Amino acid sequence: MSVKKISKAQPELFEFNSENLEKAKKEIMKYPKERKASAVISLLFLVQKQNDNWIPLAAIKYVASMLGMPYIKVYEVTTFYSMFNLSPVGKYFVQVCTTTPCMIRGAKKITDVCKKLISQNQQELSDNKICSWTEVECLGACVNAPMMQINQDYFEDLDENSTKEIIQKLLMDEFPQPGSAKNRKNNSPETGKTTLLEIKNA
Amino acid sequence: MLKDEDRIFKNLYNDLGWDLDSAIKRGDWSQTKEIISKEKETIIKEIKKSELRGRGGAGFPTGLKLSFAPKELGSRPHYLVINADESEPGTCKDRDILRFEPHKLIEGCLIASYAISAHTCYIYIRGEYFREGQRLQKAIDQAYDKNFLGKNACNSGWDLDVYIHYGAGAYICGEETALLESLEGNKGQPRLKPPFPALVGLYGCPTIVNNVETIAVIPTILKKGSKWFASLGKPKNTGTKIFCISGNVNNPCNVEEEMGIPLKELIEKHAGGVVGGWNNLLAVIPGGSSMPLLPKSICETINMDFDSLIKAKSGLGTAGVVVINKDQDIIRCMARIARFYKHESCGQCTPCREGCGWMWRMLERMADGDSTYKEIDLLHDVTKQIEGHTICAFGEGSAWPVQGLLRHFRKEIEKRSHEEPLIKKKSNIPYLIDQHLLEKDSA
Repeated sequence: MSVKKISKAQPELFEFNSENLEKAKKEIMKYPKERKASAVISLLFLVQKQNDNWIPLAAIKYVASMLGMPYIKVYEVTTFYSMFNLSPVGKYFVQVCTTTPCMIRGAKKITDVCKKLISQNQQELSDNKICSWTEVECLGACVNAPMMQINQDYFEDLDENSTKEIIQKLLMDEFPQPGSAKNRKNNSPETGKTTLLEIKNA
Repeated sequence: MLKDEDRIFKNLYNDLGWDLDSAIKRGDWSQTKEIISKEKETIIKEIKKSELRGRGGAGFPTGLKLSFAPKELGSRPHYLVINADESEPGTCKDRDILRFEPHKLIEGCLIASYAISAHTCYIYIRGEYFREGQRLQKAIDQAYDKNFLGKNACNSGWDLDVYIHYGAGAYICGEETALLESLEGNKGQPRLKPPFPALVGLYGCPTIVNNVETIAVIPTILKKGSKWFASLGKPKNTGTKIFCISGNVNNPCNVEEEMGIPLKELIEKHAGGVVGGWNNLLAVIPGGSSMPLLPKSICETINMDFDSLIKAKSGLGTAGVVVINKDQDIIRCMARIARFYKHESCGQCTPCREGCGWMWRMLERMADGDSTYKEIDLLHDVTKQIEGHTICAFGEGSAWPVQGLLRHFRKEIEKRSHEEPLIKKKSNIPYLIDQHLLEKDSA
């Protein structure tokens, strides 16, 4: 369970723009007619995308009425799942994995860089208000440890210098190139494959 | 070592392309129509004969699971749900299947859906795997375009729709009933069992939940035959498995190998050995963080399959191998895993909600050297209070790694612990009720 801070400054109103409204309707179509509530997570993701990575209370009401759910049930969902932010996190949200497989490969160095360059504390906006960082639990890329996620992209095989470069770019409002910082090919061994050497598409 | 032609996931490193055309060249979507024209019973029997066990952690026989679905379609529809909520620390195999072999998974969905009479299949992907989900969606769209999915899929007369559903960062949603709750739009808290999902699952309808890897190997088993699959590995532990080797190794990687491969071979041959040499090895977590760790002495000889690891009081789990060498503080490593479980407990059952926090705080104290001897037994007692007293297997998953630490590294903890300060000083404190304990020489 994680602690969720709810922002004090809340917008009065929230509505999907036409593009997201279309997407939301498509999401609802995936489920049986009387089971619209199933789409709640996808709709909340759309809210987060439209609203700079966080969900205002007005949007919770909006989603609830759209899906015919009680407000409290949608609120419950937003507070249960760790990917939903209830206060602003900036345009670029950096999530550093610090669970054991990343920890033993030096995740602390990555969080130290974040502390130095972005902000002293987690979930605190940088000076220019476009970026914040937090520690998260396993992101499921353990073979590419240490790693971090920025918005929707994975940055893998990091070390101190590559992290610095990435964060500096972010702070200048540029999105860096995702993927392995060592130019390693996906999850294959760094010094060359040991299997699948002869295989070609027949 | 396994021959390359016997490997199922030929595009594990994306050398050959993930798209439909490349996948067809590798043999996907061939003979699909012939397979689906067989009796449902025949397909399930063939999977049973292959002795395939679920790849999601518990190792439940897949054929048996598929046979639990009601034979005839009643008034309620059947559902197939694919569990792609891969969040176990040390595991990243499903991610590669979603990214690089999506068509194996989709083809498996079609065959398995037919076998359990489902017309709808949901693939539950963890929210962090957004890019992987996009890739899978593209692959699904390609399959729809060729009429491999949808109405009369592959001209077999079977209708199937496949949808992707995202999670939003909750480890517990990898538990099948929590996953179904999440899919219904609730917070992901596990349900009481029975009734099992096979009879009362998604929306109260019969539902079969399977891991990505399990479903993705089914088409190859049916094409090459159950005999071929059963000839790999060991009896009851057949076939191949994707191992994820992470931690203090020179070349962390994913690799598909035969079941029952020696752990030492896996680390030395594929992962380039332990950082600092084999003698620098301290311990290995063999199957994702829920499985108890193994000290070096066991790692020398252990084979990586379900039954051998259970004998060593651990488990294969998801086959996420985390190697820890002597440069690491083992207590700190396990304390971090305990923190993971504290963070991810859904909060439904008291022993787990409270106990996970206790374990974490005690382990942190032990790592700092602030603990007393008495606390070591107390910690063991806490793990026993959690294990078996919760609705789902999260209780076991959080307690086992701590028990593993106590089993194999108790001396290390004792080295850092000390006597209770009051007992040590033997000071006379008037207000202390237990004063008599201090006065005894044995105290």
